[in-house]
Amino acid sequence: MNWISNYVRPRINSLFSRREVPENLWIKCPECGQMLFHRELEQNLHVCTACDHHMAITPRDRFQALFDGGIFVEVEVPTPVTDPLHFKDQKRYPDRLKAAQKSTGEKEAMLVAEGEIGRTPIVAAAQDFSFMGGSMGMYVGNAIIAAAERAVALRRPFVLFSAAGGARMQEGILSLMQMPRTTVAVDMVKEAGLPYIVVLTHPTTGGVTASYAMLGDVQIAEPNALICFAGPRVIEQTIREKLPEGFQRAEYLLDHGMLDRVSHRKDLKDELVTILRMLLKQSPAVRGDLPAPETTLPAPAKEPSTKEAKKE
Amino acid sequence: MTNYLEFEKPLAEIEGKAEELRAMARANEEMDIEKEAAALDRKAETMLQDLYRDLTPWRKCQVARHPDRPHCRDYIEALFNEYTPLAGDRNFADDHAVMGGLARLGDMPVMVIGHEKGHDTKSRIERNFGMARPEGYRKAIRLMDMADRFGLPVISLVDTPGAYPGKGAEERGQSEAIARSTEKCLSLRVPLVSVIIGEGGSGGAVAFATGNTVMMLEHSIYSVISPEGCASILWKDAEKMREAAEALRLTAQDLKALGVIDRIISEPIGGAQRGREDTIRAVGKALEVELKALSEKKPDALRKDRRRKYLDMGSKGLAA
Repeated sequence: MNWISNYVRPRINSLFSRREVPENLWIKCPECGQMLFHRELEQNLHVCTACDHHMAITPRDRFQALFDGGIFVEVEVPTPVTDPLHFKDQKRYPDRLKAAQKSTGEKEAMLVAEGEIGRTPIVAAAQDFSFMGGSMGMYVGNAIIAAAERAVALRRPFVLFSAAGGARMQEGILSLMQMPRTTVAVDMVKEAGLPYIVVLTHPTTGGVTASYAMLGDVQIAEPNALICFAGPRVIEQTIREKLPEGFQRAEYLLDHGMLDRVSHRKDLKDELVTILRMLLKQSPAVRGDLPAPETTLPAPAKEPSTKEAKKE
Repeated sequence: MTNYLEFEKPLAEIEGKAEELRAMARANEEMDIEKEAAALDRKAETMLQDLYRDLTPWRKCQVARHPDRPHCRDYIEALFNEYTPLAGDRNFADDHAVMGGLARLGDMPVMVIGHEKGHDTKSRIERNFGMARPEGYRKAIRLMDMADRFGLPVISLVDTPGAYPGKGAEERGQSEAIARSTEKCLSLRVPLVSVIIGEGGSGGAVAFATGNTVMMLEHSIYSVISPEGCASILWKDAEKMREAAEALRLTAQDLKALGVIDRIISEPIGGAQRGREDTIRAVGKALEVELKALSEKKPDALRKDRRRKYLDMGSKGLAA
C-alpha cells in the first residue's frame, strides 16, 4: 500500500462510474448459469429470464418499477450520529461506511419514498442489501420512523421491502435498540388504522426478521428468499445435523404458517394494489402500466439521481 | 469449591496456599501458621479488589457468565413471596428456559418473567442453557397480557446467551415470537421493569428487556452479538473476542453512558458469584424503588413514555 494505490487509483476509478461502463454486459445467473444481457435483466426486474431466480434489486430500481410511471419522491431521513461507538475492527467503521457509499452511490442501507402505485398513494421503504448487507443501524431505524410518521401524516399505507443480514454490529447495542424503535414505528402505522405490508426479499435475517419484518398486517415474500432468525450455518453448528432442503426459504415458511404469500416479483405491484385497495375499502384498481400521476405530485424534490438519469 | 475464572488464577493460587497451610495445621497441632495464613488472606483480598476494580469488557463477559452467579430462579426464590409459576404458550409447549408467574414483591402482586440457565448439568440441559424457543416468548407474551389486564406490574429478569438457534425453533417462528414479545413490552399499560442479571444476549434479551426502567448489574453485559460471534464475523477469527468485547461497548457502564439503560446495580467485590445474597438483596431494593417511582404514573403515560424513550434512544453517541 502506498499513496499511489490509496489515492491515485480510487480517483482514476471514479472517472468511470459503474453505470457508464457496466463491468459486465452479461451477467451469469447464479442459479442456472444462463448468461443474461444486463439490459434484458433490468427490464425483467432482475429476475432470471431462464429460471425465474430472483436476484438482488436496488431500492431505486425497485421503486422505479413499482411506482406509477417510475415517479417517486424521496422522504428525507434524519441523519444520525456517525459512528456513535467509535467502532474499529480491522477497519474503522466510518471507512466501511464511506466504501459502501461509494460502491452503491447511496447514503445508507434504506431508501424511503412516497408516490402512487395503481393510483393508490403509499409510503414505501426498501432496504439495500448491497449497502453493508442492508444492516440495521440508527439510520435504518430513522428511515423506518420517518416512513411511518409520513404514512400516518398523509394517511397512507406503508409498504416495506426488507433485505438484511441483521443488525449492524458496528453500532453495537444501538443497532440492537432498533428492534424496539422500529417496532414502535410500525405500530404507529397500525394504530392509525393504516395497512403495514412487508415484502420479505432475499435475505432477511437476524434482528430485522425479529422486529419490523415480521410484524406486517400482510407478509409477502419473494420466491426462494432466505428468511430466518438464526442463519442455517449457525443452526447446523448448534444441532450438528444437516438441514432439510429448502429450509428457511420463503416456500418453507409459507408451509409452516409464517407468511401469507410467496409472490413473483413481476406480480408484486398488482398484488399490493389489490390488497391495499381492499383494506382501504377503495374501488378496484385500474390495471396496467399507468403513467405518472399528473396533479397529485410535485416534481421530485431532489434531482433524480445520476443513476436514473443515465439509464435513459 | 470456588469456580475460578481464567483471570482469577493468581488469586486461586494464593487462596489455595492459605487453604493448604490451614489443612496442614489441622493435621499437626504444633504448627503455628495463623499469621502466615492471615497474611495470605490479606494478600488475596487486595488482589481480588485489584482484579475487580477495573474489569476489562472481556473479563466482564466471563463474570456475567459465571456459573455461580445467582440466576433467575435464585432471585425469584429469595425476593418474592407466593411465587406461582404459570406454564405454557397454549399452542405447542412449555419452554423451561423461561420462568414466569404470579408473585408478590413484599405485599405487591406482580408478574415476574425471566430466563433461567440452570445450575448443574441436569438443570442446564432442562433449561436449554437459558436459550428460549418461540414457546418461551409466547408464554411471556401471554403472561404480560394477563398482567396488563389486571393492572399488575411486570418484572423481567434477563439472563440469556440468546434465543435458541434450532431447527424447530425456526420452523415455529422464532423471529415472529421475539418481534411480538418486544411489541407486547411496548404496548403494556402497566410498569415494566427489567434487570439484566447476567447475559443480555441480543434479540432474545430485547424481547423481555424493553421496559420503562432497564437496570443492569455492575458486571452484566448486554449486546447485539456475543464477542466470539462478532470476532468471527468482523475479525474472521473467534479468538479476537477480547477486541470485539472492547469494540461492542457491552458493559453496563458504557450502556448507561449511551442512555440505553437507566441504572447500574453494584455488585459486591469479586462479583455477584462471591456475594450472592448481597447481590440479590441489592436487586430487590432497586426493584422496589423503581416500581414505586413508576406506580405514580397513569397507565397511558407508562405506555407513551416507554415508547417515546425507545424512539428517542441513540440520538447521542459516546463522548469522544
